Amino acid sequence: MDKRPTVGLFVTCLVDTQRPNIGFAAVQLLEQAGCEVVVPTQQTCCGQPAWNSGDDASSRVLAQQTITAFEGFDYVVLPSGSCAGTLVKHYPEMFADDPTWLAKAGDLAGRTHELLSFLCDVLQVELSPVVFNETATYHDSCSGLRELGIKEQPRHLLANTTTLTLDEMEDTDTCCGFGGTFCVKYPDISERMVDDKLSLASQTGARVLLGGDLGCLMNLAGRASRLGLPLRVFHTAEVLAGMADGAGIAGKESK
Amino acid sequence: MSVQVTSHTFKQNAAEALKDAPLQDALGNLKVGFIKKRLNAIELVPEWQRIRDEAREMKNHVLENLDHYLLRYEHSVQANGGHVHWAETSANAGEIIVDICKKANAKTVAKGKSMVGEEAEVNRRLEEVGIAPIETDLGEYIIQLAEEPPSHIIAPAVHKTKEQVSELFHKHHQQYGLTEKITNRVDLVTEARTVLREKFRNADVGITGANFLVAETGQHVLVTNEGNGDLSSNLPRVHIVIVGIEKVVPTLEDASLLLRLLARSATGQHFSNYTSLMGGPKRDGDKDGPEEFHVVLVDNKRTELFDSELREMLRCFRCGACINHCPVYGAVGGHAYGWVYPGPMGSVITPAMVGLEKTRDLPHACTLNGRCAEVCPMSIPLPSLLRKHRRTTFEKQLQSMRSRTALALWSQVARRPKLYRNLSDLAVRTLSWLGRRQGHVRRLPLVSAWTKSRNLPTSGNNRTFISEYTAQKNRSESS
Ligand code: SF4
Repeated sequence: MDKRPTVGLFVTCLVDTQRPNIGFAAVQLLEQAGCEVVVPTQQTCCGQPAWNSGDDASSRVLAQQTITAFEGFDYVVLPSGSCAGTLVKHYPEMFADDPTWLAKAGDLAGRTHELLSFLCDVLQVELSPVVFNETATYHDSCSGLRELGIKEQPRHLLANTTTLTLDEMEDTDTCCGFGGTFCVKYPDISERMVDDKLSLASQTGARVLLGGDLGCLMNLAGRASRLGLPLRVFHTAEVLAGMADGAGIAGKESK
Repeated sequence: MSVQVTSHTFKQNAAEALKDAPLQDALGNLKVGFIKKRLNAIELVPEWQRIRDEAREMKNHVLENLDHYLLRYEHSVQANGGHVHWAETSANAGEIIVDICKKANAKTVAKGKSMVGEEAEVNRRLEEVGIAPIETDLGEYIIQLAEEPPSHIIAPAVHKTKEQVSELFHKHHQQYGLTEKITNRVDLVTEARTVLREKFRNADVGITGANFLVAETGQHVLVTNEGNGDLSSNLPRVHIVIVGIEKVVPTLEDASLLLRLLARSATGQHFSNYTSLMGGPKRDGDKDGPEEFHVVLVDNKRTELFDSELREMLRCFRCGACINHCPVYGAVGGHAYGWVYPGPMGSVITPAMVGLEKTRDLPHACTLNGRCAEVCPMSIPLPSLLRKHRRTTFEKQLQSMRSRTALALWSQVARRPKLYRNLSDLAVRTLSWLGRRQGHVRRLPLVSAWTKSRNLPTSGNNRTFISEYTAQKNRSESS
């Protein structure tokens, strides 16, 4: 029998602190797909906030830390398109002038995948069926979409695995206004953008909003909950793993 | 209308824009119009990506040999009987233009739309010496009446609603005996045409921009939808073209390559209504054309851009697609950006032209969603250019003390996995306790910018994923 592929799971700092359920869903899905999952405890943050703030020195330190923490795995998988994009696209840019680390960054980039596209494109797995009798609408997060080309993969997995009905909103690929530090630096503009997005989502028949990046989902869910919209927000992995039975992100769990 | 730099008050500008109801109405139309039309237009061009690649290569080649092609262009213009002026700064450009107009004893000047003209504040400079500039592009004319700067590079009055235009015309056209208040779109255009026609006829000098300069022939290409550029070029005695040095291309074929991209990206038209090829004064036997022809080639920091890591920005041919697709622009409109160029291309160019110190918000007021780069026909990596400005902002410590401190603290913690774990666990415990009833927190002092309009989700767990997962693993291994 072939050796099971080893996967280093980089949960990302947001999932780690704000929504562990996504981390557990990722582990479950990867194990279901026959991977041996390891969660290195040396991981912290991929460094994206520093990189996007122009702090290159800190980004490089965090990138080196990540590269070292994830040495030796067949694959490195993240339940986030924007963090995966940082490892795949931006780590090599960070070390453009440093051949030793550039080689390591290149090696990591070659092994790194966003969770949903990994399941769909690389493993091409059939997941165990999940009953989720809901109408959902999908938000395409910008980095995943434009840096990694993630668009059809989550839809394909959802259609093949679950019983949900997808009711697409208009402009699925317009930014929700999160933008990392953008949303706290320019809260008024961000608020307008998230409101525009939520109003498009609300025009569908969906009561569930899905996506693949917790940053965007926290933004959407946090705003929806403030406005009292009847929308439950989940990461796609939670639905695929059959772990989306609660009130969703920012929702009130009835215990 | 001169353009004062107000980029340093971007946040206030944006806050006001968000509350401006007519502006928000006007911006709503932009979203549906340009975006869908562009998509429909490029769908019919299967070789779109190939043309983009060719255009990028061609333009890179030109930029690397810019001196050669500019000299060639100058030579060709002179051979056609025209004059070429070199302006190092926007002020120089303004002075050169004022000089030419004075020599021509100009009283009125018909102006086509030109963003370089805005850089050089041509209107203000002409007014200062008693020459009346008349904007002939409908949008420019509207904002001239309103005494406002343009808010979009191809649709300068896009921020105005029909009702506002109706008000403006009613107020300003009384003097021509047009006293009836018109509200219908077509009638408004007709009225503007009536007023403007007369002015074209009486103008002594015409000033236009140019979309491309053709080095081999000394001609320039001018694209408009109203034909006003042609009238401004051909009717007055003197024609002045004001243009950035990056607009030169080697041959007519190269210009036509760019034309295939331009209108489709800008307005979703396959071709603009008027695409004119002009150059030089009237020749013997020509039925019309100016007696004198001048080109003012403006540098205004463009050579500095060339020598910087922002060089790719010089491929920009001002189509406005990045602006049309920018959700931040869509929320606040063009004036909030505080200078001539708004949106993604503006947030790259403005700091380079007027200084990062006065414009430090612009490169940061972006979610880096990447849609601009995706639609840019000249394949300019706008988000990474914005990031380069952010790096300079960081290195020069131009950001607020508060955001610098927050970033420094966070990065120090993130470099120490053990400390990071402990602090995250503490934070999660605290947050979960605060949000134990609702699943979220409504107000939290340190993240008030978040909680102002959003609830902060809490996980409901008492530990981070990693602590919980590690604990479970250890339990299952020891049992
Ligand atoms: S940056 Fe690109 S999309 Fe924006 S105006 Fe310039 S050419 Fe057009």
